[in-house]
Amino acid sequence: MKLLVLIKQVPDSTTNIKIRPDGEDIDRAGVKMVVNPFDEFAIELAVQLREKRSDVESITALTVGPASAAEALRTALAIGADDGIHLQDDAFAKLDELQTAALIAAAVKNQGYDLIIRGKQEIDLDSGQLGPALAEALDLPHVGAVTALDIAADGESLKANRRIEGADEIVECAIPALLTIEKGLVEPRYPSLPNLMKAKKKPVKTMTAGDVSGYADAVAKVGGTEIHKLAPPPQRPPGRILTGDPAEAAAELVRLLREEAKVI
Amino acid sequence: MTNDILIFAEQRDGKLHSGVAQTITPARELAAKTGGQVVAVVIGDGIDAAVDAVKNAGVDRIISITSGDLKLYSALRFRSALAAAIQKVDPKIVLAPATFMGRDLLPRVAMRLGAGLATDVTELSFSGNGALDVVRPVYNGKAFCHVNFPAGKLAMASVRVNTFAAAAGEAKASVDAMSDAGGAGDDRIKTTEVARTGGGVKDVTEADIVVSGGRSLKSEDNFNQLIYPLAGALDAAVGASRAACDAGYQPHSRQVGLTGKTVTPKLYIACGISGAIQHLAGMRGSKCIVAINTDAEAPIYKIADYGIVDDLFKVVPALTEAVKKLNA
Ligand SMILES: Cc1cc2nc3c(=O)[nH]c(=O)nc-3n(C[C@H](O)[C@H](O)[C@H](O)COP(=O)(O)OP(=O)(O)OC[C@H]3O[C@@H](n4cnc5c(N)ncnc54)[C@H](O)[C@@H]3O)c2cc1C
Ligand SMILES: Nc1ncnc2c1ncn2[C@@H]1O[C@H](COP(=O)(O)O)[C@@H](O)[C@H]1O
Repeated sequence: MKLLVLIKQVPDSTTNIKIRPDGEDIDRAGVKMVVNPFDEFAIELAVQLREKRSDVESITALTVGPASAAEALRTALAIGADDGIHLQDDAFAKLDELQTAALIAAAVKNQGYDLIIRGKQEIDLDSGQLGPALAEALDLPHVGAVTALDIAADGESLKANRRIEGADEIVECAIPALLTIEKGLVEPRYPSLPNLMKAKKKPVKTMTAGDVSGYADAVAKVGGTEIHKLAPPPQRPPGRILTGDPAEAAAELVRLLREEAKVI
Repeated sequence: MTNDILIFAEQRDGKLHSGVAQTITPARELAAKTGGQVVAVVIGDGIDAAVDAVKNAGVDRIISITSGDLKLYSALRFRSALAAAIQKVDPKIVLAPATFMGRDLLPRVAMRLGAGLATDVTELSFSGNGALDVVRPVYNGKAFCHVNFPAGKLAMASVRVNTFAAAAGEAKASVDAMSDAGGAGDDRIKTTEVARTGGGVKDVTEADIVVSGGRSLKSEDNFNQLIYPLAGALDAAVGASRAACDAGYQPHSRQVGLTGKTVTPKLYIACGISGAIQHLAGMRGSKCIVAINTDAEAPIYKIADYGIVDDLFKVVPALTEAVKKLNA
C-alpha cells in the first residue's frame, strides 16, 4: 500500500489573532506555526499502519504552503514519513479550499496512492472542505471523521466508524480511499531528536505551478470564492454578574434566561 | 440559472434535522431578494415525516428522492442524488445545515458541479453585483471572514446550527418525486449501521442547551450528583472540559473544545471551567453563555453573558431547584 498524508502548517491554537490593517490576512509576525493537530493524528495513523502491516510500501507527506511550511514536512518525516512533496508557489496562496483540492488532485493523480489520510479539519480556517473535495476530484470514496479503523488483511477494503451527532456510522469502504481522522483514533508521538536529524536527509520534492500538469485547468473548473476579508468577532456585550446568596442568584439567573435572553 | 434557493433538508430515520428549519430562515430572505422560490430536497427512505416537517417550515417546493439504497447516509450515493436535484432545479444558491452530514456532503457536490463553497456561515447577504456574500468564523471564532462568491456561478454554503431562528409557515409546498439519479450501484462505500454512543444520553452536538463541568467537579460522582440533574431539568446535554475528561470524570465523547466537539447551542452553562482558549474554541459560538466560577478573573467571564461568582457545589443545586420551580 502506498500512503499519502496531507499536512498543513497552522498558527498554534494559543495564538493571539491580530488582523492586518488591509484585512487580507492575520499579522503573522512572531506567530508560532505548528502542524495542524488533526494532521498529527493522520501522520501517526500512517506510521502505525506500517508498524502493524507488512504491505505498507511507502508514506509520503504532502503540504501546500510557503517556504516556511517545509518545517511541517520535516516534522512528518521525523515521525516516520519517507518522503515529502511541497507544493510551493505564490499563485497557490490565493487558492481557496476547493481550488487547493483541485491543485492537490492534479499533483497526485495517477501516482497510485491507496490511502490518502488527512486530519478532520484545520484549526485555522476550519472548513473541513479539502478532504471530501479531494476525494471527489480523484473519484475516490471517503470516510470523514474516522474514530475506529480496521483494514482488511488483503488491503482491498476497510471498515471504519465515523463520528456523527450522538452516534457512530459504521461503514464499509473499498480501497483506494480517502480518510479524515478524528481525535481519539491514535495518540500522536513526538518526533525524537535523532529522528529529527535523520529527517533532514529524507527527500522532499518541491513543485511549483509549472510542475503540476493540468494545474490551471483543474483550478479553473472549480467555482472558487473571492476576497476573504477578516474582521474581529462581533463584540459580546459585557456580561452581568449576579450577586446574592446562591439561591437568590440562581433564581435571578433563571428569570433572566427566560425573560431577557429567552433561551429556556 | 434560476433565482431559486435550494436547501438540502437533512433527515435521519425520517426525522428532519432541527438545523433545516433554521436554514430556511436566511433562504427565504435571500429568495425575497432574488424573486425566486425556496426549494427543499429530501433524500432517504421512509421520509414522509421529514417531508411534512419541511412543508411546515414554509418552503415553496419539495423534491423527494427515495430509494432503499438511500436509507443510511453514503457520501457517494447522496452526492449523486443531491447533485442531480441541483442540476434539475438550477438554483442560484444551495444551503444546508453545517452538520456532520452537511459538512461531509457539500464539498463533494460543490467539486462535482464546479460551485463555490463556504462552510459554517453565520451571515448571508448579496453584495452590490448581486453575488452572495457570507461571513464565517475562522481561527476558532477569534476572527470572522467575509467570503464573496463570483457572480453568475452556483454558490453553496453550510449554515451554522442555532444561528437563525427556525422558520415556520403555511404548508403549501407541492412534492415532486425524483428518481434516484446515478448514485445507486456505487457501492464503494456504504453505511451498515448507525450505533448510538454515550449510552443513549443526548450528545452535545445535538442539544439546544449544554451544561458543562470542569476539573473542579473533582469526580464522576459529582457530575452525576450536580451536572446531570441540572441538565435533566433543562433537557440539556452534558459537556466537559478536557481537564475533566482527562481525569476520567466524563468520557472524551463529551469533551467540548479545540480537540473535542464544537457546539453552538442556544444556552451554554460552564460550571467550574476556567475558559482556556482551547475550551472557548469549542463553545464561543453559543448564543447565550453562563459561567459559574469562584474566580472572578477566570477568562470564561470575558465571553459570558451572565455569571455567578460563587461555589458551584452550592450554585448548581440551587439552579436545578430554580429551573424545576419554573417548569412546575
Ligand atoms: C492542543 C491543546 C488542545 C486542547 N483542547 C482542549 C479542548 O478541546 N477542550 C478543553 O476544554 N480544553 C482543551 N485543552 C486544555 C485547556 O488548555 C485547559 O487546560 C482546560 O480547558 C482546562 O479545563 P478546566 O477549565 O476544567 O480546568 P481549570 O483550568 O483547572 O479550571 C478550573 C476552574 O474551576 C474554578 N473552580 C474551582 N473550584 C470551583 C468551585 N468550587 N466552584 C466554582 N468554580 C470553581 C477555578 O476557578 C478554575 O477557573 C487543550 C489544550 C491544548 C494544549
Ligand atoms: N495547503 C494544504 N496543504 C496540505 N494539506 C492541506 C492544505 N490545506 C488543507 N489540507 C489538508 O486538509 C485538512 C483540512 O483542510 P480544510 O478542509 O481546509 O479544513 C488539513 O488538516 C490538511 O490535512
